[in-house]
Amino acid sequence: MGKYAIKRIFSAIVTLFLIATITFFLMKLVPGGPFLAEKAPSAAVTAALEAKYGLDKPLNEQFFTYMADAMKGDFGPSIKQRGRNVADIIAKGFPVSAKIGGISILISMLIGIPLGCIAALWRGKSVDNTIIVFATFGISVPSFVVATILMMIFSTQLGWLPTYGLSSGLHYIMPVAALSFYPIAYISRLMRSSMLDVLGQDYMRTAKAKGLSGFVTLFKHALRNAVLPVVTFLGPMLAYTLTGSFVVERIFTVPGIGNEFVSSIINRDYPMIMGTTIFLATLLITMNVIVDIAYKVIDPRIKLN
Amino acid sequence: MDNNLPSFHLKVDPADFQPATQEEKESLIVMRESVNFWHDGMRRLRKNNIAMVSLVVIVLVSIFAFLGPQIYPYSYEQQNRGSENLAPFEYSQDEIALQNSGEKVFPHLMGTDSLARDTMVRLMMGSRISLLVGIIASAIILLIGSFYGAISGYFGGTVDNVMMRLVDIIYSVPDILIIILLSVTLKYPLNALAESVIGFGWIKVIGVPLISIFIVFALLYWVGMARIVRSQILMLKEQEYVTAARALGASSARIIKKHLLTNCIGTLIVTTTLQIPAAIFTESFLSFIGLGVSAPMPSLGSMASQAIGGITTYPYRLLAPAIMISIIILSFNLLGDGLRDAFDPKLKN
Repeated sequence: MGKYAIKRIFSAIVTLFLIATITFFLMKLVPGGPFLAEKAPSAAVTAALEAKYGLDKPLNEQFFTYMADAMKGDFGPSIKQRGRNVADIIAKGFPVSAKIGGISILISMLIGIPLGCIAALWRGKSVDNTIIVFATFGISVPSFVVATILMMIFSTQLGWLPTYGLSSGLHYIMPVAALSFYPIAYISRLMRSSMLDVLGQDYMRTAKAKGLSGFVTLFKHALRNAVLPVVTFLGPMLAYTLTGSFVVERIFTVPGIGNEFVSSIINRDYPMIMGTTIFLATLLITMNVIVDIAYKVIDPRIKLN
Repeated sequence: MDNNLPSFHLKVDPADFQPATQEEKESLIVMRESVNFWHDGMRRLRKNNIAMVSLVVIVLVSIFAFLGPQIYPYSYEQQNRGSENLAPFEYSQDEIALQNSGEKVFPHLMGTDSLARDTMVRLMMGSRISLLVGIIASAIILLIGSFYGAISGYFGGTVDNVMMRLVDIIYSVPDILIIILLSVTLKYPLNALAESVIGFGWIKVIGVPLISIFIVFALLYWVGMARIVRSQILMLKEQEYVTAARALGASSARIIKKHLLTNCIGTLIVTTTLQIPAAIFTESFLSFIGLGVSAPMPSLGSMASQAIGGITTYPYRLLAPAIMISIIILSFNLLGDGLRDAFDPKLKN
């Protein structure tokens, strides 16, 4: 166990270092650096700015300074949002995004797992077909389509839900719904196939032959085993929720990290892009490692190392 | 001599020794025509109604996207002065004046946008971009992924270890973040390349954002394909025909190309088809957040993003690209599922 965990953590650190390095040097490819504004400042101003942000030093020195600072959680100042640090912007936006993302992951599991089970238990019946159609549809519609259509129906046509901000519980409904649509569909598909797989196993027949009630076989034997693949989907789902948040937060003007990231792309705020990329990559990779190790802990059948 | 003695002459009819006619030959064939891999797969695919309907939808969308703009009287970048923000089938005052003077004016089937460009033709061009991105990106993924996976699986050992370690690293890289990063930064070097080096002018024609999308797909998205192909090759390379080919002196390159890759063609087809919607999905996402194709070229994602501002007044401008992109992705997904059922030997029976 320990050996596997150490190996996994080590490779995650290598990956992260690679990503940070690639990010840094890709950003340096951009000519004129971060001060490439519409109104080109005079040479003196540019030089002064570069000196202020340490951009006049040799590239390798800049790289080491940046990496050392980044490890302390300092990604330097934002260039477009004067007087704010990238780290501050992330610290302010991330809890908002984490809240919406967390709620939507929870809801996707709460809806997706039962849907998949129902489809598997009533295989071939009309319930099953309906769920399959819904799930195929769900994985085919991009989140921006779901978000905008929800907005069109519930805000502009019916006027039931507010379009922007996050000031009340009602404000959460549409962003969460838009973010959960794809994971719900995906989890139901996954759950259905893994449940069908489990229902055909010998131990299910044994359990029934022993005279256990349908309830016990279903919840204790089938569900526990069938839910394991959903645990592996947690990592990709987190990534999906994050990228989905770029679009969904933008559409519903939610002051989260996704919205800030997209703004920084549009404004070409390079320190912000760099900082957010490294932050989100760290988050995703860490979560993936946790999910991987947790999976091995949950399922004793998997041989360690 | 007694005539009652039995005769030992063979009483043969010369007619029995005539060559058999074609009909007689055919009546003796008890085997049906051998069903090869393709016939078998296609037969099952044809029986799958959902897959066939999606195939028809894909063909229709392709006609709409590739032939539509050719015969449609407006072009996607043409700004028809004076006809800004028209509703579907509405005419501007200039156009009404033209009509009154006896000229025929083609209606704007879906109205026009705030720059007076016809929405219908932009929808066609947007679909064209989506389809092109999907198909070209999948082709790139197929090419890189299949050869990478095949080489890794075929040689095994240290080669396999090193190659798969690289795949693992790329696999754990958050793809969307890197895509965004590359699309932001690649613009400048690619532009410089197109302007300074002769022979790279085509970069301008296709557009830097599209090229960066393809580069990103080529860099990151092939790993899934490589893993699938590798696991197939690991099984296939133990087969007798591979040993036979090697005994006959076939080179590794020939065995991979002629024997191994051709034998996992089913997997290749299915995985490639399912890559198309994934690529279209990513492209529309990128265009939506402003990193896709550059204006005035439309893309379904950027059309939707531009329409959000006028969501109350012009909802159809948002609905049209949104529905289009969903239809395209849905039909490719359904076709891919159908192909998997038809061609994946593991699911046979």
